[in-house]
Amino acid sequence: MRVAPKEVETFRDDFTYSNSPEAIKRFPFPFPEDEYRYSVNMEPHTPKGGEGSAYEHFLDIDEHYLSEMTERKLVLDAMPHRCLAMDHMELACWDMLERLMTSLAEDYSDYFKLTIEGDQWTWENKLLNIHDTFTFGDSSTLPKPPLEYIGCQVQGDFALLDQRDGDLFLDAGMVTCPADWSLAFDAGMSFKEWHGPVPMAHNEGIFERALKYLTAMQVGSPIRRLNWTLTVNARMDTSPETYHEWGHERTSVTPDNVGEKVYLRVEVQVMDRMPRSNALMFIIRTYLISLEDIATNPEWAKRMHRTMKTLPAPLIEYKGLSRYHSMVVDYLSQFDPAN
Amino acid sequence: MSNQIKVEVASICQVAPTIREFTLEAIDDELYPFSPGAHVVVEMPSAKKIYKNAYSLLSDPADTNRYRIAVRLQETSRGGSIYMHEQVKVGDQLLISPPSNLFSPFWLAKKHLMLAGGVGVTPFMSYIPEMLRRNTDFELHYMYRSLQTGAYKNELSEQLGDKYFGYDSDRHTRCDVTELLSQQPLGTHIYICGPESLIQAVEEAAQTLGLPASVIHSEEFAAPKPGMPFIAEIKSSGKQVEVSAEDSLLEALEASDISVPNLCRGGVCGQCVCTVEEGDIDHRDQYLSDDEKAAGNAIMPCVSRAAGERLVLDI
Ligand code: HEM
Ligand code: FES
Repeated sequence: MRVAPKEVETFRDDFTYSNSPEAIKRFPFPFPEDEYRYSVNMEPHTPKGGEGSAYEHFLDIDEHYLSEMTERKLVLDAMPHRCLAMDHMELACWDMLERLMTSLAEDYSDYFKLTIEGDQWTWENKLLNIHDTFTFGDSSTLPKPPLEYIGCQVQGDFALLDQRDGDLFLDAGMVTCPADWSLAFDAGMSFKEWHGPVPMAHNEGIFERALKYLTAMQVGSPIRRLNWTLTVNARMDTSPETYHEWGHERTSVTPDNVGEKVYLRVEVQVMDRMPRSNALMFIIRTYLISLEDIATNPEWAKRMHRTMKTLPAPLIEYKGLSRYHSMVVDYLSQFDPAN
Repeated sequence: MSNQIKVEVASICQVAPTIREFTLEAIDDELYPFSPGAHVVVEMPSAKKIYKNAYSLLSDPADTNRYRIAVRLQETSRGGSIYMHEQVKVGDQLLISPPSNLFSPFWLAKKHLMLAGGVGVTPFMSYIPEMLRRNTDFELHYMYRSLQTGAYKNELSEQLGDKYFGYDSDRHTRCDVTELLSQQPLGTHIYICGPESLIQAVEEAAQTLGLPASVIHSEEFAAPKPGMPFIAEIKSSGKQVEVSAEDSLLEALEASDISVPNLCRGGVCGQCVCTVEEGDIDHRDQYLSDDEKAAGNAIMPCVSRAAGERLVLDI
């Protein structure tokens, strides 16, 4: 890994979060075309982009690791219900712990170490000074329930979907940095139910096809897709639960500050079949980058100008961009004189 | 397929007159853990063709060192079971798929009622250890013919005590399915694995009793459909690409250095669509609409094939 974790920065109050030049370079820029439309944009989650890329490993640990783990703790301390697991998801939680620990230990051996002797597991996380021995499968031997325990050591939000009757149900998860949705609200819902608010995609059959694909997914063949939105300030926790803290910030965008205040928020979503429980794990790894930092790459700025300019009105509305979308387009237009 | 696992047959044992059990151990990699109800697809390279059959894993899911499968000899079938019974020896190597699961228990059920017919007992062999661990309410009703099937009946009866019910039709004990279903408490889920006739009988009884279809689960194997070899002709170059029974059209095109955009390789994303100029198509994707499929001029080469011997692609 080229980008080592740096000191803790904040995603709230004084917003000290920043991207180093290396982090900008490896940012998972989400627009392959000049027009953005919803599609079944799923591909095998295999390494891409070579050493240091955000797609080099199953999980991406980057320079924001310590900051994101600190932010997660703040959220969970204030709102413990942002992490939940229904009783029947116990085994799936252990599946998730196993998958995350083994892949971290394999891909980032400088930071993480897993020793397995029968069902006695020893886990070392040198970044957070954690060193625990526990019995695999026995929650009483861990300081916290398995999902919460491992979830607090990995960047990204997590959902565990139970598969029943050819559908998926959101029955467990840890969601502290969502793009305006609530785990507590969506808990227990089916794939189509929790996707209810999304415009356009239902009519185009996108969710039907995606669900068919997901329910047929096999162990050992994870897939990924990208999603994106815009966020005002480098705020990780844009949840309905905290709307009163961030909703009004949309009105603070002006033509003068749009470049530094508006962030492109990209989610690299990874889906992986869990072997012991047959649940599906859904990881939402969120990356934030200011428009200013995007502008350091002229190709990106030009491309993003075009996607923003042609974004369908229902998406502008759904993603909550109405108040400042035109300022974003105006700002980016300087990098795309031909358009 | 690249994600197949190479295994060695560690032991073989006759568990009923027509049923053999195979214990499989990994050679290079470790075996994946698996979930109750999971199956693997075993590849059988017979002299004539490669058979691919799905078999339920019947060991305790907590034991990830080996997989066990049971194969019933079916003289009339496509030949995979004959190969397993007659050709496969201890020490042989086989290729299997990673486990996948189309028959997972519905864990929210108040009670689980399992109905097994013959070799259909196998998926329940992996349910039971996990149900015992979770301390859930369940019953196993096992219908067999002791002259042919009935594998594991003694050990199951011993292990499960009053949760076990055996019916040997070679000794004229039969299960009255309607009666059985009518006695179940509300919130019971019913799992059937066995011959089509058993599945039908249970479904009919459930309907008579007014049970919702959502509480009935039956095992249907979606083993990869056998494919016939065919030729794909490329219109622009006139090149003839041979597609073998094992390869997808997409794989065959790639092997001939013809690149087609693709993402999911599973017939849903729509990326790989190709225009078909000539030839009938065996559509296997979820992407094209019924109308598009009927029109017959587009194919998703990652999963779909020629219905005949030849296709002409406009690429
Ligand atoms: C199984 C794992 C998945 C989970 C848990 C999940 C969850 C969600 C949630 C909670 C939302 C926000 C809905 C709201 O506004 O309240 C969302 C949005 C969305 N999801 Fe999924 N999703 C999953 C898989 C997928 C897949 C496979 C697709 C592929 C097409 C997809 C496409 C979308 C789209 C297009 C949106 C709208 C996003 C936007 O424009 O910002 N989702 N998803
Ligand atoms: S590659 Fe996705 S449909 Fe063929």
